[in-house]
Amino acid sequence: MSDIKQELRAYIAENFIVSATASLTDEASLLDSGVVDSTGFIELISFLEEHFGIQVKDEEMVPENLDSIANLEAYVKRKRG
Amino acid sequence: MTLLHSFLDRAIAATPDKTAVVSMGRHHTYREVGEMADAIAVALQGQGVQRGDRVAILLDNTIEAVAAMFGILRMGGVFMVVNPQTKQDKLTYVLENSGAAALVTISNFRAAWHGAVLAVETCRTVLVANADADTEEQGRRFLSLAKIFAAPHVAPAPSGVIDYDLASLIYTSGSTGRPKGVMLSHLNMFTAANSIAQYLELKSDDRILCALPLAFDYGLYQVILAFNVGATVVLERSFAFPVKVLELMVKEKVTVFPGIPTIFTMILNLETLGSYDLSALRTITNTAMALPVTQIADLRKAFPHVRLYSMYGLTECKRVSYLPPEQLDIRPTSVGKGMPNEEVWLVDENGNRLPNGSTGELVIRGSNVMRGYWKAPELTAEKLKPGPLPGEVILYSGDIFRTDEDGWLYFVGRRDDLIKSRGQRVSPREIEDTLYRHPAVLEAAVIGVPDPLFGQAIKAFVSLRPGQPVTPKQIQLHCRELLEDHMVPREVVILDSLPKTESGKIRKTGLADLATAQA
Repeated sequence: MSDIKQELRAYIAENFIVSATASLTDEASLLDSGVVDSTGFIELISFLEEHFGIQVKDEEMVPENLDSIANLEAYVKRKRG
Repeated sequence: MTLLHSFLDRAIAATPDKTAVVSMGRHHTYREVGEMADAIAVALQGQGVQRGDRVAILLDNTIEAVAAMFGILRMGGVFMVVNPQTKQDKLTYVLENSGAAALVTISNFRAAWHGAVLAVETCRTVLVANADADTEEQGRRFLSLAKIFAAPHVAPAPSGVIDYDLASLIYTSGSTGRPKGVMLSHLNMFTAANSIAQYLELKSDDRILCALPLAFDYGLYQVILAFNVGATVVLERSFAFPVKVLELMVKEKVTVFPGIPTIFTMILNLETLGSYDLSALRTITNTAMALPVTQIADLRKAFPHVRLYSMYGLTECKRVSYLPPEQLDIRPTSVGKGMPNEEVWLVDENGNRLPNGSTGELVIRGSNVMRGYWKAPELTAEKLKPGPLPGEVILYSGDIFRTDEDGWLYFVGRRDDLIKSRGQRVSPREIEDTLYRHPAVLEAAVIGVPDPLFGQAIKAFVSLRPGQPVTPKQIQLHCRELLEDHMVPREVVILDSLPKTESGKIRKTGLADLATAQA
């Protein structure tokens, strides 16, 4: 597992529903699986900005970037260049 | 005809091929919704569900949820939309309390519903979206919704339902802790929808956005209002991704945008807002939380062509009042006057009617007023009290308002300690009860603190049993496992002990001071 992925998993496990996180696949939608709700994404974005030192732009706040561990990892990698 | 589902019947007769619902990028006509509703009605009847039986809906804002609502109504049942974030524990309570006969849901939410259904004796039938096959377990039947929809169309047997019967139970937070079921008859909801559609001047060519949860009556009524006028409702699961909602609004040329201040803040904060073509939009509505005056100005600036309605309501009667848009600049902090076909006034502590220019509790009289709380006669008696005519009851809102000389209403405060967060009423008791279920928690108290985004944010104070070290985060997680997200404390503060009154009760006013001092 990549470091980014591990850090994301750790953050989600620590801040959202633990029991749901254990069985969460990398591709599963965080919203569909009930792990993160709408305000949860606001928290998640703050985490990304602080922890990975990236800036999430308005137009980047979309499920394609944020709504699964795999999408998040790819997005963070892209942003970091 | 004053049955709630007559809206659907009427729209099918008038415009069968018109799009009724947009859901997950698909357009569904009124005829199609009618057939899906019938399929659900027939399936429920086939399982022995009767007129007057309660049927819960645990689904996101999707076509299945809308079809289930109308299917349940068409077979004479009482629908209950449950927040899709509801966890097993609370779902069990709602199913048990309502004596639900059936549940309509989706396989994705199995973790919440499977155990709940098995625990509730009355709940024998589950219609499951996203499931291929029918199954059976412990006397419960789990039927595939896809198979139900695929069967040839059959009309359900006549239900014999009348407008005096219940159409819906809406569970809402109460000051006593556990949520209570607001009983709404067909006539209640039919009347409320007519009044709202009238003052919003809704038309059949409207395209109404519904991104608020259907479990929240403000969300639910977007569907009902659209069907009332034969318009189109555009469903979106949530405002989690504001950009996606805006893209949908552009694509579907949305004309009516119902929101709450939390949502308007998220949208107004987008730097790219100006790049979305929202020229079709003609109405924005706000309720559940007052619009801050600065936000009114910002919305005006961003959407100069739009009529902005400031409204106030209670689940117990749906809507109470609205401010006509042309009054917004004259009295921006008012929530207006009673809606059409409804009477509202202020009373003193003895229930005497007060003249304009007074402060008192708001009472509501009209066909939109609920029939009471499900199986809670004492709570009902606190809210529904005798009105002017012999035998009638009026609704005591529990909210204190003042009126100006001309009778315009201004919100002052609540009589109970309910918190209003993200536009939804939240019971501190329910959260405290949850906190006490954590083995380390000795004392717990929950208050609302002012928050720019949420209106009020939930803040919990706890003291711990000796030798039980836990972190605030662990306590938050415990709450997340049991409560819907909007009820989870945003902050948990651990204290050595909580401030008390002389009689030894936890003193919440002291906590509020503590919260302010820390901020």
